Amino acid sequence: MLTLTCPYCGIAAEEAELHPGGEAHLQRIGPSGTDEEFEAYLFARKNAKGIHFERWRHAYGCGKWFLAARCTATLQVFGTYEAQTKHPPAEIVEAIRKSRPDWQPDWTSAAE
Amino acid sequence: MHEAPRSGRYSVFAIAREALRQHGGWSRAWASPEPRDRYKVIVVGAGGHGLATAYYLGKNFGITNVAVIEKGWLGGGNTGRNTTIIRSNYLQDPSAAIYDKSLKLYETLSQDLNYNVMFSPRGLIMLAQTEHEIRGYKRTVYANNLQGVATEWVEPQRLKELVPIISLDGPRYPVLGGLYQKRGGTARHDAVAWGYARACSDMGMHIIQNCEVTGIETDGGQVRAVNTSRGRIGCDKLAIVVAGHSSQLAEMAGFRLPIESVALQALVSEPIKPCMDVVVMANTVHGYLSQSDKGEMVIGGGTDSFNNFTQRGSWHHVEETVRALIETFPMLSRLKMLRQWGGIVDMTGDRSPILSATPVGGIFVNCGWGTGGFKAIPGSGWAMAELVAKGTPGPLAAAFGLNRFREGRFIDESVAAGVAH
Repeated sequence: MLTLTCPYCGIAAEEAELHPGGEAHLQRIGPSGTDEEFEAYLFARKNAKGIHFERWRHAYGCGKWFLAARCTATLQVFGTYEAQTKHPPAEIVEAIRKSRPDWQPDWTSAAE
Repeated sequence: MHEAPRSGRYSVFAIAREALRQHGGWSRAWASPEPRDRYKVIVVGAGGHGLATAYYLGKNFGITNVAVIEKGWLGGGNTGRNTTIIRSNYLQDPSAAIYDKSLKLYETLSQDLNYNVMFSPRGLIMLAQTEHEIRGYKRTVYANNLQGVATEWVEPQRLKELVPIISLDGPRYPVLGGLYQKRGGTARHDAVAWGYARACSDMGMHIIQNCEVTGIETDGGQVRAVNTSRGRIGCDKLAIVVAGHSSQLAEMAGFRLPIESVALQALVSEPIKPCMDVVVMANTVHGYLSQSDKGEMVIGGGTDSFNNFTQRGSWHHVEETVRALIETFPMLSRLKMLRQWGGIVDMTGDRSPILSATPVGGIFVNCGWGTGGFKAIPGSGWAMAELVAKGTPGPLAAAFGLNRFREGRFIDESVAAGVAH
């Protein structure tokens, strides 16, 4: 069973204790966005085969939303981190690089 | 021009003829040719949907300069992994239209393909185990009758006659009635893929296995070729029919789909004597049960909640399914399970498929069948062939375009069918 450690309460929670929330780090599109942008925000998904960042809620625990870095092709978990981030933090990137040296982030840290 | 040897017609006379010569005269059911440099249409994915698309391209539109390319082996993905349930009792009109077309094609598919797909219209029941399901299924019955799809509501006593092994008074999930579609049933999943493959090969189409697409070549917004593990293959049109890996193929072509891939599991028991001659689906607990011709109880479960490409699912889903099913079917508690497996299904937000042109000219997608694609194979192929041949969707596919997401015009089967169907 998938086990993720909640970064808020520190509990190693089993999948049955968690609620999934889909792809993480989606950029919210406001009223000024175009139809295309809004459609992409609502529906278009990376659905990556490999490194995937996703939202989870510790539903039967502390109740908080957090984010996880996981490989969808091997089910390896690289770590979890707090939801208040625009991009995965450096230690998560490092953890991914440790087992996937060739992996490149598809964001730039300067971008907001 | 065609390397494909014709496989000969299967009949009782052929069996008698071959019996007299020690079965030395059977030819291969389909050819395994080397890829040509170019085809009019390339279909990616030799599962049921891809092969059916190719078949109806040839049969309905006379397009036979077609290659069906497959990264693994023919029918080795979800076509060989599902629980073979066939039904058309959907709530929404566009769904009922395409699934019922599919069911009608299944009814004559063995004769059409000259290949026994073992279609068994044994009837199908969806159990209502909550008050909400009673109302939901009665509504579906009314909708189905307006759509010309014959289904009926059955009370518990009649259900017990149809399914003697059922326990009506489970403490957690009592059986309160059911939606019954007499024409529903099962078919032999491998045979569906094999039958279509043989018919395609006989028409001169190329079925190329162990040929993985590694890139899609476009020029000026128009598809030119696919790069594969067996070289570059040019094409005028490209049909992407790859279920769980649709997002990966779309990414190669430079667009995204409203699809997420998750694992769906099934398991099968040791074979026992015939005990249930109908398919039973229990959507509240995500348990689907039928008995195969070999006597195994075939059990389908629910999907995992997270994105997954491993063809393995979480064990607790199997446990939940079995735990709930043995309450409704107490005799199952004595059975040993032989095998358990998973397939990667392509889920859309409204749990309805996508048959659509794409932002790239000449590329068409057929995906998003999610947990219920097997039943749709013939209808999906029929509608997809029309879309690919004409470039615009016919009446069956029209409602299932990608534009429905932008327009907020969902075909919402997630409410009507629960998660898995």
